[in-house]
Amino acid sequence: MNYHTPSSFSDASAIAASAKGKTRFLAGGTDVLVQMRSDIITPDDLIDIKQIQGVKDITKNKDGSWTLGIAVTGAEMSEHAEFKKAWPGLVEATDLIGSTQIQGRATIVGNLCNGSPAADSVPAQIAAGATVSIIGPTGERIMAVEDIPTGPSKTSLVHGELISAINVPARGENAGDAYLRFIPRTEMDIAVVGCGVSLRLDNGTITEARVALGAVAPKVLLVDECSKALIGTKLDETALKKLRQAAENACNPINDKRGTIEFRTEVAGVLAVRTAKKAYNRAQGK
Amino acid sequence: MSNMHVTAKVNGDEVEFLCDPRETLLDVLRDRLNLTGTKEGCGTGDCGACTVTIDDRLVCSCLMLGVEASGKSVGTIEGMAEGDTLHPLQKKFVEHAALQCGICTPGILVAAKNLLEKNPDPNEEEIRYWLAGNLCRCTGYDKIIRAVQDAAKEMREAS
Repeated sequence: MNYHTPSSFSDASAIAASAKGKTRFLAGGTDVLVQMRSDIITPDDLIDIKQIQGVKDITKNKDGSWTLGIAVTGAEMSEHAEFKKAWPGLVEATDLIGSTQIQGRATIVGNLCNGSPAADSVPAQIAAGATVSIIGPTGERIMAVEDIPTGPSKTSLVHGELISAINVPARGENAGDAYLRFIPRTEMDIAVVGCGVSLRLDNGTITEARVALGAVAPKVLLVDECSKALIGTKLDETALKKLRQAAENACNPINDKRGTIEFRTEVAGVLAVRTAKKAYNRAQGK
Repeated sequence: MSNMHVTAKVNGDEVEFLCDPRETLLDVLRDRLNLTGTKEGCGTGDCGACTVTIDDRLVCSCLMLGVEASGKSVGTIEGMAEGDTLHPLQKKFVEHAALQCGICTPGILVAAKNLLEKNPDPNEEEIRYWLAGNLCRCTGYDKIIRAVQDAAKEMREAS
């Protein structure tokens, strides 16, 4: 195995593009090292992207938006008071992943690129309207987070491409986000269902809504019908009923030891309601 | 690829080692630096037995490559006692019988020390959450929590 430590994303991309065998990018390593250990993947080229300048930075831009470096860990996000205040749902979703030790290494870009439908931070990233900057052999492009996963362990990134930053919009006024998940225990488990919601209000009426569901389909879903159920309402009982139905309708889950199809579908509806209420309260400053 | 040359700090001392880039930091600590206090449990980041600090942040050394330690400061259980004088946490673990087989103990001590450096007066819930990534199959955890609380109290009074 060749171990590379490029000093720029274009160098990292060039190494990956010219590699003949299996390639993996290494940031936090909490998935890659487990896959290497379990012989799921034996990379010929391992490209450590942590020595690229700026990858550990959380930057607030002039317009209020945020740029997170690809090596920013969960712990660093939780410790950043201003970012946490702006996007509490995204930070909470990330904080749910693994133990203190995992939080010291794991990154949300890794969580996204691992391609798990149950990745906790991904519904929260999608609800937030986050995008990723991508560098590849043909140049740079920006994609919405929801367009990155294409199925379990699969992404839309092509050979030689890698994510160079994650962009989170400005939070703005009268807005809030939240993430809730269901697991059979109290800590450190894989989501049976996860739900991220981000709302903006005008005098109590919802003007913007994004609802994302995890672990109920081959990839994390952005559910437009859920947004439609919420926009123009004050989160009254009728809106919540429609939201619940829209969330259930979006589900296409697997049956496994952690949850049946029926269970996951019902929980998706329940979580959508609870998460929307939490985001709504936050948007009201409660 | 041939072995790579790495320079790092371990428990305050500068060390140099050669390692294959596939070797984990845990392998390097145990097999190249002979620091066998750090234990291997699961090897996949689930149990916390191999917990060390990297630049004062907890990590599972099985989930990090030895080559990634280049230029970093690594803290292991061997850096905890000062000569024959046990760290208050180590003393309290003995007093409270907070260990049985002992495989998880180095990782728990390193994690608990890191907690008390950030939060000298954690409540029980905070201790349990902080140590949730350190599995112990012997003690049932209660004695560990009491030992950490007692050590924290002694350290607060001493400071």
